[in-house]
Amino acid sequence: MSTLEIKDLHVSIDTEQGEKEILKGVSLTINTNETHAIMGPNGSGKSTLASTIAGHPRYKVTSGSITLDGVDVLEMSVDERAKAGLFLAMQYPVEVPGVTMTNFLRTAKTAIDGEAPKLRTWTKDVKEAMAKLKIDADFAGRNVNEGFSGGEKKRVEILQMELFKPKFAILDETDSGLDVDALKTVSEGVNRAQDDNQMGTLLITHYTRILRYIKPDHVHVFVDGRIAEQGGPELADRLEDEGYDRFLNVKA
Amino acid sequence: MSETTTQIPDEKARIGAPSIPGFTEEGENLSPLNDSATSPLAGDSAKSHSHGGGEGVTDSSRAGRLTSFNVEDFPKLTGREEDWRFTPLKRIGGLHTAELTGKAPKVELTGSDNVSLRTVAADDAIRGNAFTPDDRVSANSWKYSNGAQVLTIPANAEDVKSVLRITGESLDPAAQHLIIVAEENSEAMVVIDHVGSAVLAQNIEFDVRQGARLRVVSLQAWESDAIHASSQQASVAKDATFKHIVVTFGGDLVRVNPSARFAGEHAEIELYGLYFADAAQHLEHRLFVDHAVPNCKSNVLYKGALQGKNAHTVWVGDVLIRKAAVGTDSYEANRNLVLTDGTRADSVPNLEIETGLIDGAGHASTTGRFDDEHLFYLMARGIDEKTARRLVVRGFLNEIVQQIGDEQLQERLTDTIEEELATTTL
Ligand SMILES: Nc1ncnc2c1ncn2[C@@H]1O[C@H](COP(=O)(O)OP(=O)(O)OP(=O)(O)O)[C@@H](O)[C@H]1O
Ligand SMILES: [Mg+2]
Repeated sequence: MSTLEIKDLHVSIDTEQGEKEILKGVSLTINTNETHAIMGPNGSGKSTLASTIAGHPRYKVTSGSITLDGVDVLEMSVDERAKAGLFLAMQYPVEVPGVTMTNFLRTAKTAIDGEAPKLRTWTKDVKEAMAKLKIDADFAGRNVNEGFSGGEKKRVEILQMELFKPKFAILDETDSGLDVDALKTVSEGVNRAQDDNQMGTLLITHYTRILRYIKPDHVHVFVDGRIAEQGGPELADRLEDEGYDRFLNVKA
Repeated sequence: MSETTTQIPDEKARIGAPSIPGFTEEGENLSPLNDSATSPLAGDSAKSHSHGGGEGVTDSSRAGRLTSFNVEDFPKLTGREEDWRFTPLKRIGGLHTAELTGKAPKVELTGSDNVSLRTVAADDAIRGNAFTPDDRVSANSWKYSNGAQVLTIPANAEDVKSVLRITGESLDPAAQHLIIVAEENSEAMVVIDHVGSAVLAQNIEFDVRQGARLRVVSLQAWESDAIHASSQQASVAKDATFKHIVVTFGGDLVRVNPSARFAGEHAEIELYGLYFADAAQHLEHRLFVDHAVPNCKSNVLYKGALQGKNAHTVWVGDVLIRKAAVGTDSYEANRNLVLTDGTRADSVPNLEIETGLIDGAGHASTTGRFDDEHLFYLMARGIDEKTARRLVVRGFLNEIVQQIGDEQLQERLTDTIEEELATTTL
């Protein structure tokens, strides 16, 4: 079993008006095989948490810690974190012109495993994973995310997750922009990774719909850079009915 | 890597005659440059020597650019001229003033054996069939060229692959004139491979005859002390296609001016370029596509990468669609990728349209910094920073490399790009 532990995390960004604190003390522990859902209003800092775990240089950790099985994640470079088993499915996947999916997937897999995958099985794995996620085979020859539709980009994020087999996946609104069928397809991909690799999942979402397919063990409500409430799956339903007013009013 | 994307797009949508309000048959001048004062190079002599169409056109227009076989017709350069304003004349080795009597680079032909290479005298009538010097350096080269080397691709030849290896062996200012004749309906690829050291004013003319398909790769792989000004002019006849790919890596100062003129209808011109400038290098490309006849198509794409202190690249793309050139379809773009601080990329698309009756014309220019979001995305997938940068730059330049269509040469260029990247200190 592996554990990803976030303790009293404070994160700031540089803005034109000076430094701005976004995360104001977040603590969260995820074990492999667990699914944690994070819900919360726009701008509350969910993506900030996700990007900070992945090591995006824009986010400055001013205090607190992130550890993976006791090892300091904050000391690691972005690529080292990926190699250590962390995966971020981004809210807005980036288009990388001139780099084909095939080349990208093989290069990344080689980096993560520390050795080149066997060409024969790798090609087969990629094809099968694409087919399961209903991604057209000709995407392999296209440049990374270039010209992909919103939903296609999300599917390709999950494709990578399945191929790279991380210990922990952070899915930042992967369900946004997916049609009903795609939502199911993508959820099945996440469930497969959980079953096959005991993957731990941090699922950021605005909608309970995806939680019908990916069952959370814990739900955290994120408000203004903090976790305002935690509970089981029933908390998600309550949020859907009541919205976030309750938390926002408390704050005011 | 704290910045996010800093792409600075300056895209102009493709324009086509019917869809543009206020766009008349009189055409339009889209050049940002031509608002400025009269070009110092234009004048009476400009009209008498220009390739037709010069009369009655404003002097700042590319149509009014002085062309002459006589170097004395060109005023002494000051560096303020429109076509010299980016070039550091101090570094040009006197190519505009000196007697170019140094030893010209050696020319060796390899490849297909159904072509011929011969030397003609300076006064041979073949010289200038497809060429008129259009700046002082080119005219000076004309004056001092000791004859010309003529490569002829015979009519109806297929699959010709020739390499002209140009080896510079001296730093004395020299002149050189090459002529490539692609006879009727021939199909050929010619690589002009510049290596060694030279201070060279070079004229190359391409006579692309009716129905011929000629692909040229001009590769500047000079040693770091080379100075090279190359005027490369093509005349492209009816139904012919001319594909010209410039690849510039080496040399202290390299200035390549490809210019291609349609001489018959239904012809096609593609001009591609790839350059990689390191610290202190000056790499300049000024191209000219002259749509002088109806129903022709041109496409231009130059891509460059810059790294290191005072790496300087210049791209000027003159496209002129003359009044007669109805039914023209034309597009030009330049894209630069800035890898480090301290570099400078000048990029000037310059599109003049004298008729509204065209299928389309457009231009684009972007100069962007290496995008740190690309880097983050790749690194978040376990790819180390160096490899990630390589992937992106290689991907960026690959679009041009792929145009070459010769595996061996493509591999050599890919290796060169790798070597260039390996020297990046980031
Ligand atoms: N460069 C920036 N300059 C100023 N504020 C920023 C910058 N980047 C992020 N922020 C602010 O940080 C806060 C948190 O943003 P974040 O993207 O983490 O929110 P989120 O919870 O993911 O929202 P959403 O549900 O809309 O995705 C927001 O108020 C946002 O405006
Ligand atoms: Mg977000």
